[in-house]
Amino acid sequence: MAEFKKANSVGEWLDQRLNTTMLTKVMMTEYWIPKDINFLWAMGMILAFTFKILLVSGIFLLMYYKPDVNMAFDSVNYTIMQEVGYGWLFRHIHGVGASLVFLIIYIHMFTGIYYGSYKKGREMIWLSGMLLLVLFSAEAFSGYMLPWGQMSYWAAYVITNIFGGIPLIGDELVVWIRGNFYVADSTLTRFFMLHVLLVPLAILGGIAFHFYSLRIPHVNNQKGEEIDFEEEANKYKAGRKKLSKVIPFWPVFMAKDVFVLSVFLFFFFYLVFYHYNFAMDPVNFDPANGLKTPAHIYPEWYFLWSYEVLRGFFFDIGPLKAADIGLAAFGFAQIIFALMPWLDRSPTVAPASQRPYFRVWFWIMIVILIVLTIYGKLPPTGTNAWIGFYSSIAFILLFLLLPVVTSKEAAVTKGAK
Amino acid sequence: MKELKILGVITFFTLVTYWGVEPLAHSIFHPHVDPADYEFKDLPAVEAKGDVAQGQELVSMNCIACHSIEKAGFPAPLDNATANMSYGVVPPDLSSAGAIYNANFLANFIKDPATATKTAHKFTGNKVHPMPGYSWMSDEEIASMVAYFKSIAPASMTNEEVFVDACGRCHDMKYSKNFATSDVSNYMGSTPPDLSMMIRSRGEHYLTTFINDPQKHLHGTAMPRVGLNESAQKQVVTYLEEVGDSKKAEREGIAPYVLGFLAFMAFISFLWKKEIWSEVK
Amino acid sequence: MADKSRRAFMGKVLAGTAGVATVASLYAMKRTWDPLPSVVSAGFTTVDLSPLEAGKLSVIKWRGKPIFLLKHTDDVSPDDSRDIVTQDGRYTVVIGLCTHLGCIPEWRESESIFHCACHGGQYDIHAKQTFGPPPRPLDIPPFAIKGSSIVLGEEGPEYKKMTTQA
Repeated sequence: MAEFKKANSVGEWLDQRLNTTMLTKVMMTEYWIPKDINFLWAMGMILAFTFKILLVSGIFLLMYYKPDVNMAFDSVNYTIMQEVGYGWLFRHIHGVGASLVFLIIYIHMFTGIYYGSYKKGREMIWLSGMLLLVLFSAEAFSGYMLPWGQMSYWAAYVITNIFGGIPLIGDELVVWIRGNFYVADSTLTRFFMLHVLLVPLAILGGIAFHFYSLRIPHVNNQKGEEIDFEEEANKYKAGRKKLSKVIPFWPVFMAKDVFVLSVFLFFFFYLVFYHYNFAMDPVNFDPANGLKTPAHIYPEWYFLWSYEVLRGFFFDIGPLKAADIGLAAFGFAQIIFALMPWLDRSPTVAPASQRPYFRVWFWIMIVILIVLTIYGKLPPTGTNAWIGFYSSIAFILLFLLLPVVTSKEAAVTKGAK
Repeated sequence: MKELKILGVITFFTLVTYWGVEPLAHSIFHPHVDPADYEFKDLPAVEAKGDVAQGQELVSMNCIACHSIEKAGFPAPLDNATANMSYGVVPPDLSSAGAIYNANFLANFIKDPATATKTAHKFTGNKVHPMPGYSWMSDEEIASMVAYFKSIAPASMTNEEVFVDACGRCHDMKYSKNFATSDVSNYMGSTPPDLSMMIRSRGEHYLTTFINDPQKHLHGTAMPRVGLNESAQKQVVTYLEEVGDSKKAEREGIAPYVLGFLAFMAFISFLWKKEIWSEVK
Repeated sequence: MADKSRRAFMGKVLAGTAGVATVASLYAMKRTWDPLPSVVSAGFTTVDLSPLEAGKLSVIKWRGKPIFLLKHTDDVSPDDSRDIVTQDGRYTVVIGLCTHLGCIPEWRESESIFHCACHGGQYDIHAKQTFGPPPRPLDIPPFAIKGSSIVLGEEGPEYKKMTTQA
């Protein structure tokens, strides 16, 4: 056993037992972040904070929610919305937060793509981030089922049906996932478990891993410059703070984050109070009815682009059935972003604005994703169906072309040097 | 400056996406319909001048065999369950008919209920509207009955009273413990939905045009046009909001304080950021 | 040397044993999500078709889906690939969800068609699509004929014959 001297303060007492001085240094005051950043670098902390908001609001909803097909709708819309003190506020925060967390995830993700923050040692950061996207999607989907409104029911119906397209085991798999031949009480209860326990646990683990994966390769910066963190940190510690290219996580980096976060929270609560319908679809205030299909079925906005890829292929091509092509394309869309580090064949880490070919590719991708998102909601009839078809094709081609585009770019820029 | 440019780009793409999935999509899902017509101009005007005394006599001869008029001392001839079984729906009490319905609609309704309510498509073959039409009466006689209903109508009604009178025979509203007096599933072909959350699922704008003329939004629906006048319909929609969105006042009450506080916090955090960064930049 | 290989062998045996436990646990976990026996038995519904009136549609619920039961009048041309034939006559028995987007079509007796209000699809009395966006006829649920009744959910020889034809 180590020898313990009498401590002169609570801080010292804790330091003896937990080595808090060292911990603070490693995690906060000597965790180095590049200085050359803009507010997009605050998105990570905004995400962490929004997740915290979702976790806390979720805990309060959990105390009154009843995961049973006969009680779920009323427990949400009557008990929570009308009876529980500020229950409506927690529900609005939870609903709007679930939507905004995806807006920030997408901004965070496209920031990563724009600045090339997924290569040269940062592959694990990217992959763990993509894993978090998958987990958040599972969390959003399972949570959307819980109010047991019309959209809850039919989204669950359509999405679980997708698994029916998997060869051989499809039909049995759908029944297994639902625990019944249709979306029923067993489905609601197991997705409730996933939403409040298993997936949040996995997300917590995923966040910890995502943060840890930043340690070795460090955070990227606005120019993609390779920084000698040790040397710059020494400069900073020696007092040449203005010269150093790095800043400590606490308090300098967090000072900027907290400011961006405050602005974000203003926007967040504006939506919670005045403009929540985009995140809490009115159709979902009709109780679930398995015998009455809503006139239009669509997922929440953040799933629309991949939903449109799924249904964009609406006619058979040769021996291939439309549904199977759609499912294959959907599978492609789900994994393709994760492969970015290997699809981008250029070794350059630089913002897209300084990469002649990649810049064009990036903005085309953004436009196509927005087109897919918008047409994913519109009824798939007439021209809409064809726009959906061509933009799905364009989406797939875009990623197939990325290795070609980036190798060409690498050759050209090398030649210029 | 550069950061403002980035913010501008992100805001632009976010707004374009928002525009596409919300206003654009909803304008396609719910095509524009004409505003509510509280005068019911599609119905012929019954211009004859009515006489209250004559109306009273006609009403006591023709209406009270099926309808109660509690206010004038006519109780319901049958209890609700029996009436529901005999007619398919409980005939409404007529005490406040003169207050909540448009007068010209009421006259047209008495003449030909299925046409006035736009439910003629539901009464084909051997099915007939539970209330017989009185088109054999003269316009003057009908106007007299309407004049009588107006003369006994209460000067003011609560939102709940209007709701129960106008909607409560067919629709449940379980969050306010109002339950339908009739089971119209046989007569209408489907059970009318519970109205508790309609203010959130349909919104005020849709409800205003829908209640005024259901066929505008749901062609072929069994729901009759009930002919509420403007103030009665406003009371119905207000009641739906009082029940389905009961925390609206609280929500809108605390919003400015929360947003004001957050604006203040953003300002303070900006100053703190400036202070901290002055050392490194 | 012998000691080392013995140690490696023991390690492998232990890992293998733990692996068996893992697979067994996964199997047990998988089983908890299987449909319960009560759910499975509710998935097989016996319907007596003999009381049906020709030309009038009845709808029953089976596995959460509406099932259309329609007895044909004598003047309807038979279609062996679609009709269910019992001792009492010919029937259309289909899942009443439009194959376009899953809305529930209505039966229009006067026109002898199923009409889907959502996007205007139409089906004839055999529930084969005749107009609009539906990609295929209304689906026929698995059935087995037992005298004048059918068991929904069970794949009888008549059902198998129909599916292999298609």
